[in-house]
Amino acid sequence: MAVPKKKTSKSKRDMRRSHDALKAPGISLCPQCQEPKQSHRACPSCGSYKGKDVLGVEE
Amino acid sequence: MRHRKTGRKLGRNTSHRKAMMRNMVTSFFDCEKITTTDARAKELRKMAEKLITMARRGDLHSRRLIMQVVRDNKTTAKLVDTIAPRYADRPGGYTRIIKLGHRAGDNAALSMIELVEEEVVAKPKKKKAPAKKVAKKVEAPAEEAPAEEAPAEEAPAEEAPTEEAPTEEAPTEEAKDEK
Repeated sequence: MAVPKKKTSKSKRDMRRSHDALKAPGISLCPQCQEPKQSHRACPSCGSYKGKDVLGVEE
Repeated sequence: MRHRKTGRKLGRNTSHRKAMMRNMVTSFFDCEKITTTDARAKELRKMAEKLITMARRGDLHSRRLIMQVVRDNKTTAKLVDTIAPRYADRPGGYTRIIKLGHRAGDNAALSMIELVEEEVVAKPKKKKAPAKKVAKKVEAPAEEAPAEEAPAEEAPAEEAPTEEAPTEEAPTEEAKDEK
């Protein structure tokens, strides 16, 4: 069976992982309730999107 | 190559997918607003918009073509008699998808798809822009303001009677279909 001849160095390993970082999702403040919410999504706390109630969340 | 590979398989074989899309589009026209996953909503949008465009013709042939997909007399009648007339002046874009976040159980991205309720507001920008070119840029904001107000005032007055009429007819139509 084919096996690696040499152990991968820390440098090679870390260089391989240089592109693996996760990006944080875009967060903005809800214009209605000022809670943080994800961009381009309905606000989970007040249920509004573009000034309209979307989820039917009752306060 | 992804040539000629449009659409999503949604993890199903053809018959399963077709059946699911039929069910979804039927309940979408019934409820006018449904919550589902992002991918399904986007597939549903394609299907629903085409059906509404077909329903706008309103003749017997278009009804029969719709019945091939929406296999429900009441829903087809509702689509042709009440939903389609609302969009008589709208050049496509009858649905709206709003992303809602993630489902608790499997973290699937959810979104809500709904029929657009607003009246069509004419966009003077696009039509005027190529004709005017660069010279009249200064005049553009002044002209747009009255142009946008005018259709908004006219639209409710025109659409109010047309919306009421089909809803009254709808029950009688449904009754005929059932017999």
